[in-house]
Amino acid sequence: MKTLFLILGLLLPAAGLASDSGFPMEKAKVDRADKASLQRGAKYFVNYCMGCHSLQHLRYNRLAEDLGLNEELVRENLIFTHDDEGAPTKIGDTMKIAMDHWYGKTAFGTLPPDLTLVTRWRNPDWVYNYLRGFYLDETKQWGVNNVMFPNVGMPHVLWELQGWQKPVYEDRVDQHGNSHKVLVKLELAEPGTMTAAEFDRVALDITNFLAYAAEPARQMRHLVGFWVLFFLLILTGVAYLLKNEYWRDVK
Amino acid sequence: MKDQSILTCALNWLDERFPLTKVWRGAMTDYYAPKNFNIWYFFGSLALVVLVLQILTGIFLTMNYKPDANLAFGSVEYIMRDVEWGWLIRYLHSTGASAFFVVVYLHMFRALLYGSFKQPRELLWIFGMLIYLTLMGEAFFGYLLPWGQMSYWGAQVIINLFGSVPFIGEDLAVWIRGDYVVSDITLNRFFALHVIALPLALLGLVVAHLVALREVGSNNPDGIEIKKTKSKSGIPLDGIPFHPYYTVKDIFGVAVFLLVFAVIVFFIPEMGGYFLEHANFIPADNLKTPEHIAPLWYFTPFYSILRAIPPMFQSQFPGVLAMGVAVVILFFLPWIDRNPVKSIRYRSAAYKWLLVVFVISFIGLGYLGTKPADGIRPLLARIYTVGYFGFFIALYFISKNEKYKIVPDRVTYK
Repeated sequence: MKTLFLILGLLLPAAGLASDSGFPMEKAKVDRADKASLQRGAKYFVNYCMGCHSLQHLRYNRLAEDLGLNEELVRENLIFTHDDEGAPTKIGDTMKIAMDHWYGKTAFGTLPPDLTLVTRWRNPDWVYNYLRGFYLDETKQWGVNNVMFPNVGMPHVLWELQGWQKPVYEDRVDQHGNSHKVLVKLELAEPGTMTAAEFDRVALDITNFLAYAAEPARQMRHLVGFWVLFFLLILTGVAYLLKNEYWRDVK
Repeated sequence: MKDQSILTCALNWLDERFPLTKVWRGAMTDYYAPKNFNIWYFFGSLALVVLVLQILTGIFLTMNYKPDANLAFGSVEYIMRDVEWGWLIRYLHSTGASAFFVVVYLHMFRALLYGSFKQPRELLWIFGMLIYLTLMGEAFFGYLLPWGQMSYWGAQVIINLFGSVPFIGEDLAVWIRGDYVVSDITLNRFFALHVIALPLALLGLVVAHLVALREVGSNNPDGIEIKKTKSKSGIPLDGIPFHPYYTVKDIFGVAVFLLVFAVIVFFIPEMGGYFLEHANFIPADNLKTPEHIAPLWYFTPFYSILRAIPPMFQSQFPGVLAMGVAVVILFFLPWIDRNPVKSIRYRSAAYKWLLVVFVISFIGLGYLGTKPADGIRPLLARIYTVGYFGFFIALYFISKNEKYKIVPDRVTYK
């Protein structure tokens, strides 16, 4: 019987992980507990992204509470939209945008997606590399392309900070003997107001904030989980002793 | 009457009107189970625990979920964010769905190991298979409800399978969807089926399964009928009362299960995309077909069989048929395995090897079903498919005249 399971274990197909994108991806050092980073990320997001991208499942007051900001501050610095009656968007509302669907579709070809869950359907690394991955491409509508999202319909919104990057190609020969131009890295063609390190920090802050926005309850989940496991360990111990006590007379 | 406590009086009053004590004794304290259960015997009670968990969390989810194509996705996020402990309820339910299948698959494998489906437990097995079938439906209908991309396209693909049935296929698919594509109408009916129809069927079948079990008695790792050797007072010598012995043992099993379950719920609820698929965090879009549509892991063995069979006569139907047969064939296991010896402990090496082939095929198919069918994968899937069906065919022939070891009269314990 035991050998049976041993054989089973050896013969099972190994689950391998393969990456699908050829461009080297850098890992985003996401730290959802870093409140200063989350606050900066929220600021950048509202200023640079929220013209087109909503966070329709996140409420301003939830953001204020989780990021340690007071509501007055949020009202003054992060809320720029109005409700149907023309009054400023209330603090208890979700982070919707003013741009209408028709405009979004005609301007960009497709409606800019809501980003509340972007780090869950892609992942934080993807978002981080996407934000840093715009490069000059004259053939595209907005003059840029992206290493993570080829032919993306989005302009390089952070160009002032990052500057403009140009692609560097290398000739690679594939297994069939054909040579291809492969994008291997990006080079700064025109500097922005920030150094590369400073800009990476901005990209990470935004990624961090989006990772938080995708699941605000995450910290709570881990905290509660710790106590639940602690309780269950004790319960398991007690249950084991109880079982042994009852089973002593079974021979 | 004077000396009796209020509780005893209340119990007496009840017992004169309702068989409470009688049923409790018959099913628990006077029900003798073999004393040699091993780890494989925990999964029945665990399945019951998960069923209760799914029903309870399901009730609370229903309080906040909206079965409307425009609101469904948002209402799930509302549960995750704005409902008090909503994230916990939702993760318990989503993890519970996968846990249900883990537990049920192990429970079924136990039956294969120890021949628990054999005479006189054929009907018990059939009730169990009906539970499994209902559970598959329940999971399928439930998976549409979050209205994410995978919910939508998964449902689209599976319903289209019915469309491949000759002659009536198209009408059948439209009848299931209630529309020409998966739509709000489909969502509404799937919601009704998921929260009312199938849970009711599931509960009824579980009761039937348990009643049948109490009637024939549990099998055990030795595959010996403990009812054959009884004491003078009519108690099986190798049996112990289910309560308290197995109730306290099962409490321990439940605690260990919950420990593993809690690690997943609180720390890895997505389980790397196997319990909650990444692509399901995008709202359903009927104009954007995802590149790679994969069902959740518990359906992938059958999905692989479907993909392994090439289309014939310009029809996917042979694959669909093979997939259906792969499930239905399990119902006939009590008549496919013709060997009177139940437990693997006393069976031939041939049976053990067949079982190895079956398990490798099943898990191999399951793994392949989560991946795109390219490279050598289609070939592997075909080999595993042959392994899967080969198990039943070979079993039918070898089991008739199989050489087996001598089965002892009494169970082995420690």
